[in-house]
Amino acid sequence: MRTVAVMFLALLAPLPAGAINVFSCEPEWGSLVRELAGELAELTIATTAFQDPHRLEAKPSLIAAIRKADLVVCTGADLEIGWLPLLLRRAGNAAIQSGGPGHFMAADYVRKLETPKIIDRSQGDIHPQGNPHVHLDPRNIRRIADALAQRLAEIDPMNAAAYGARLADFQSRWDTASAEWEGRKTGLVGLRLASHHRSFSYLAAWLDLNIVATLESKPGIPPSGAQLAALLEQLSPNPPVAVIRTPYENEKPSSWLSARLGIPAITLPYTTGSDQMVTDLFALFEETLRSLEDVRQ
Amino acid sequence: MVLPPTSRQKVHACSRSLSYLANLFMHCQRDSVVPLNYSDIFWTSINLTIASASRRCKVVVSGSVVVIFRAGVRSGCIPVKTISAILVLILLAALFPAAHADDLGSEVAELRQLLSQLQQDYESRVSDLEARLARAEQLASGAKREASEAFDIAEQTSIDQTSGGAAANTFNPSVGTTLSARYANIDGSWEDIPGFVTAGEIGSGKTGFTLGEVEFNVKASVDDRYFGNVTFAIHDDGGETEVELEEAWLQTTGLPAGIALTGGRFFSAAGYLNGFHRHADDFSDRPLPYQAFYGGQYLVDGIQARWIAPTSLLFEFGAELNWGGGFPASANDETTPGAHTLFAKLGGDVGAGNSWQLGVSWVSVDAIERGGAHHGEAEAVSTFTGDSDLAAMDLVWKWAPNGNSGQRSFKMQGEYFRRSESGDFDGLEYDGDQTGWYLQGVWQFKPRWRLGLRHDAVDADNGSLLVGTELEDPGRNSSRDSLMLDWSPSAYSRLRLQYTNDEVLAESDQQWMLQYIMSIGAHGAHAF
Repeated sequence: MRTVAVMFLALLAPLPAGAINVFSCEPEWGSLVRELAGELAELTIATTAFQDPHRLEAKPSLIAAIRKADLVVCTGADLEIGWLPLLLRRAGNAAIQSGGPGHFMAADYVRKLETPKIIDRSQGDIHPQGNPHVHLDPRNIRRIADALAQRLAEIDPMNAAAYGARLADFQSRWDTASAEWEGRKTGLVGLRLASHHRSFSYLAAWLDLNIVATLESKPGIPPSGAQLAALLEQLSPNPPVAVIRTPYENEKPSSWLSARLGIPAITLPYTTGSDQMVTDLFALFEETLRSLEDVRQ
Repeated sequence: MVLPPTSRQKVHACSRSLSYLANLFMHCQRDSVVPLNYSDIFWTSINLTIASASRRCKVVVSGSVVVIFRAGVRSGCIPVKTISAILVLILLAALFPAAHADDLGSEVAELRQLLSQLQQDYESRVSDLEARLARAEQLASGAKREASEAFDIAEQTSIDQTSGGAAANTFNPSVGTTLSARYANIDGSWEDIPGFVTAGEIGSGKTGFTLGEVEFNVKASVDDRYFGNVTFAIHDDGGETEVELEEAWLQTTGLPAGIALTGGRFFSAAGYLNGFHRHADDFSDRPLPYQAFYGGQYLVDGIQARWIAPTSLLFEFGAELNWGGGFPASANDETTPGAHTLFAKLGGDVGAGNSWQLGVSWVSVDAIERGGAHHGEAEAVSTFTGDSDLAAMDLVWKWAPNGNSGQRSFKMQGEYFRRSESGDFDGLEYDGDQTGWYLQGVWQFKPRWRLGLRHDAVDADNGSLLVGTELEDPGRNSSRDSLMLDWSPSAYSRLRLQYTNDEVLAESDQQWMLQYIMSIGAHGAHAF
């Protein structure tokens, strides 16, 4: 009985002081936390690059993880509407609730594209606040890094100086890399692409790519055979150079279309961890540009 | 009156006439077939006339004129009549009084002075231009800085604007409604399960079109400490519309250390499926043990406390106290609360593709004159007073390739119930045990399509004392096998076809159902 009591007390005891606990919804924000906090944060990433962040479930392992979090770093803009609110309610954790310092939504710090004018479900699975896939523009990463470093310093004031230094270091490396990427833009301007979902709108806006069609006729609704056939007819006279999709999206519609149009169907990295090469945010943009440059040739 | 030209004008005119002549010459040499235009020749003449006022110029110019005109006439680009006109003009010029026929020396000095003036003039202009250029560059960089600041402000404004509206209805809670109905073909319909006295919305239903409940849900954060949720179930019963308060609860969100308290009317956490609204079920009716032991769904009017341990596996404990009368409890004044629940959940992941949850729960009820009334029926005559203890265990396992359920996924769930009741039934001594279980698998084989198979069964062992009552032991268990196929073009609509081989009654029945479930408005996340 005493042993049980001791075990119970051990469970109740606060966690050892030191690293803060960060719960990140998507791999890209996990990578950003790693850049800005390094060893100062204990990190849990809810999804992998192969999981659709729209349709995850509030599974038991995530409830356990978010219960211990000091900071939640997610995309927001309703991307995680299907699971994050439930996790927050189930967590029994006051620190991370909406409105508090432990609740960081990256999309709040950047300008959203494609804000719908008609908010109605007949338009598909739309996000009233605009397209939430904000991370594929390096300028957005820079802005969000600013805000996130500030937030980390607020949560963990003891290490505020360290977060400031890591931010400065990250941004100087990021600016150098961004300048190099900017230089490669000219080769890609106007590249005509078809995309499975509106996952690459920010990338297209940054690189001036021309996304001529999305395979989903309504966002979030899988394309039917008839819709694909209509799209094929529409694109046939002047086909795009490639069909792009994320690693978690169904490959069938894009391979079907690519085979009939005689163009490649490629999986862009989309986020970190999608490939052995794509270990961090730098590699994410590097690989994305490289894939697009390969298509161009 | 024509004033005599000053010496400066003379020098200018001289140099200009020389340059005109040079042009003339060049023109003739370069392209002799194009005749000169007359205005050029006229101006040349005028300048020559003025220039000839200067003696020195007169000498130089007349020499040049002779050379050039000879070349011009020879090549044919200067017409002969032009020459005569020019000669007349030069003659006139020679006749023009040379008012200031100054000596050569003073003119040279004058030219030097002019040259130095020109130089100074030129230098001052250059420095003026340089100053203006520097000023323009400064302005341009200022403008660039201002433009980038303006861009930042515009960007920030647009971030602020897209990050949340400020309309008057911003604080409205999320409101959503679920609509459902079914068409069924049922021959052997039942309202009670042999060997059980049940209550609530149970039974096989009838043949024909039946409008299901309209669930009307409103929820939002109360403040930074509480979350509130209300669900009305509106349904038609014998021509009368009934509004039932299905849920009305508040939950703490502001407590630390994994603790959450819920109060009001809520779905008990005892049993996996009990936590879900019926529209979220994978089959068109609840499994038999839910119908037999919970009357479809066990509602608690009371409080619930739950605690999540700070472990990497989910390890959760909870307890509920129920003062309400929702079956299997019976509201009464003598025993408060009438029922209490203990539950525990354990869950985690296996690799990226698998997630699981195991639950155990215990529901203990002090029943006082519990009847078996169904909706719209008068109170049942037979009542039960005594103890009812229900133990339940549930397991859910979900799989999807890489944990990505977009294309394919599989869900397996099963629950086992064992109930022990003892007390007084209709004046007779009653000590019975009942069991029930179900196992189901749902296979999402394409993005919008799912196929499901379920077996559910209940068995009553009520002893031999209750022969002739509703609790008479049927001597066999009641079971069903169901197969369903559903199509969900979006997360908000679902059409389902279900076939059930129903062996609840002694005679088996083949049932078909076609069902729709649609959701409008806000629709919250479903639990795991």
